[in-house]
Amino acid sequence: MSITDFDADRPPQPPRRRRRGGGRRRRSLNEVGMGDGSREGAVVEDVEFTRSDEFDSYYGRPVVKAPPWKGPIAIYLFLGGVAAGSGMLAFGAQCTDRPVLRRNARLTALGTVGLGTLALIEDLGRPERFLNMMRTVKVTSPMSLGTWIVGGFASFSGVLGALEVDRMTGQRLPLGVLRPLLGAAEVPAALAQVALAPVLASYTGALLGNSVVPTWEAGRGHLSYLFVSSASLAAGGAAMVTSPVAETGPARLLATAGVVGDVVSMNRMKESMHPLEAEPLETGRPGTMLKWAERLAIAGGIGTVLGGRNRWIAAASGAALLTSSALTRFGVLHAGLESVKDPRRVIEPQKARLAARRASGITDDSISTSG
Amino acid sequence: MSLLSGPEGPAADAGWEHEHERKGFFTDTSICIGCKACEVACKEWNRNPIDGNLEILGSSYDNTGELGANTWRHVAFIEQSQERIEEARESGRKLVSLGMPGIGPKSSGTRGALPAGDLSSSDLTPPDTPEFRWLMSSDVCKHCTNAGCLDVCPTGAIFRSEFGSVVVQEDVCNGCGTCVSACPFGVIERRDDGTISPFAHREDKVERMGTASKCTLCYDKMVDGQEPACSATCPTQSIKFGDHPDLTAEAQQRVTDLHERGMTEARLYGANPKDGVGGTGSVFLLLDEPEVYGLPPDPQVPTKSLPQTYATAGIAAAGMIAAVALSFLGSRR
Repeated sequence: MSITDFDADRPPQPPRRRRRGGGRRRRSLNEVGMGDGSREGAVVEDVEFTRSDEFDSYYGRPVVKAPPWKGPIAIYLFLGGVAAGSGMLAFGAQCTDRPVLRRNARLTALGTVGLGTLALIEDLGRPERFLNMMRTVKVTSPMSLGTWIVGGFASFSGVLGALEVDRMTGQRLPLGVLRPLLGAAEVPAALAQVALAPVLASYTGALLGNSVVPTWEAGRGHLSYLFVSSASLAAGGAAMVTSPVAETGPARLLATAGVVGDVVSMNRMKESMHPLEAEPLETGRPGTMLKWAERLAIAGGIGTVLGGRNRWIAAASGAALLTSSALTRFGVLHAGLESVKDPRRVIEPQKARLAARRASGITDDSISTSG
Repeated sequence: MSLLSGPEGPAADAGWEHEHERKGFFTDTSICIGCKACEVACKEWNRNPIDGNLEILGSSYDNTGELGANTWRHVAFIEQSQERIEEARESGRKLVSLGMPGIGPKSSGTRGALPAGDLSSSDLTPPDTPEFRWLMSSDVCKHCTNAGCLDVCPTGAIFRSEFGSVVVQEDVCNGCGTCVSACPFGVIERRDDGTISPFAHREDKVERMGTASKCTLCYDKMVDGQEPACSATCPTQSIKFGDHPDLTAEAQQRVTDLHERGMTEARLYGANPKDGVGGTGSVFLLLDEPEVYGLPPDPQVPTKSLPQTYATAGIAAAGMIAAVALSFLGSRR
């Protein structure tokens, strides 16, 4: 197109650049025209739609929301596991006449479940209303069932803990007429504690799994296995720290079994996931925590097996196992919170499962319909 | 499907003994003009505080962002090119040829056969494939038939109203946050300092602080026989409020009409009682894939697989018992 005679003197136009992907770049004033001010250029850029071909989302915003759970919940998951395993060790010690292990495990159970409950309450939006949890029992809510499990376990642990403290202090607790009652309650309370302990360790897997948080949802068939393993190794570790080696033989075996279960179930869980759902467990801070959790679990396990009869090695191994369990809980919690941030982790697996159902001939259960 | 309610009639399943029809929204995004009157009306009626400090988000005309504790209606803006419109048209056509369920009354043909509205033989030249379009859609709580938030609420603060909607009692909720992780649509959220950043010198107290909060379908208005603020204010009737069966029928008719005009990109979202949430109380007519609007393509209420999840927890607990028992049996003194 030529408008004036002088147009013939124009240098050739540089080809228009097409940019793909990425955000729009602002032109600086110098870039307008030829850059030397010799002539005018297009000020407004060509309209270009930024979209990647394989994936759509709404401006990259999350589709689902993460629960407002922070550190205290991870601490609770850890302490609840220690409490559960300790409760079971205490019962075993009572049955096999290991008095020091029994006493220490009962006190550990009481201390950890007490602190864990406080952590749970602390994380509520309205902590002063925590008793509202007791308004109802709902089977569809793992949180509701869990509240009753924790509440029950804590109560029985309280009875047993009081009993042990009373024994340690030579019956100096001001119990009065309650003392014979407390003594009579020992066996029933111990039975109730050991009955609730395994569900206390495993329900948290259902609590996280019964959600739409991509990484937890994908792990709902494995989280309980991971958590009971983590609880076993942590409780074994706690007993190895607190009790003499003569009585912690069962705790060492339990811790070793826990280490095996922990490593195996974590790897099986990751393998069963869509790569996008497993990614938060392997990358970033949660990934680092889980890597160290695995290393410490294996190190603690080896220490337990090889040096568990030495008091110092046993205590060090126990500490490593406790740290490993805490890191596992923090890692899994934060991997879930991280997984909602990228909408791809929600959309891609959902599209894949929808496509798989359609491919297998099920075409009537889509939320999108043609009419 | 879920433990508490069947695919239809959630209010009846919840134990209400009177005959309120299930209420809901039909949001027809094809006639939404993006005026955001619904957002404003909702905020005013429900006295929801501001989200953030009025920053520009750089996402077309949407500076609200997403649904949340303080935003119970959210208008999405999506800008699309001609190429994209054609793709949307194609994906909508695929839904038809998949033999997606004819939920409404079929005009002719047997089940399984291609629907009467099969468009492969009719004139598919769209009347106008513009070079550019804006998709505008007012999103809201879906009031699912099988509501994840309701199922997992441990305090009973969330209940099913007599109108079939899902409502939070803010004076009962203790803010545990479980419901937030159970909503497949990312709607419900806890109102706290992490999510809202009120103006520095806010004088008045923020209501519902620390508790879960979401659209109530204006429960307070409905008990007085009025309609929700958003639909009452919608100037184009893009948001319609009414009895759920009527709205679903209307939505199906609207899709048929649009398809006849060559707009095969039109599709319904949430009108299928067999979907992962048992159908939604808020039905949407969309003009592209749901994920384009920030909606999940295949939402599933977590409670649906809760029996299996509990079974896993049970097996894990049994395994732990076995491990402890063997540890004591296998340990020499």
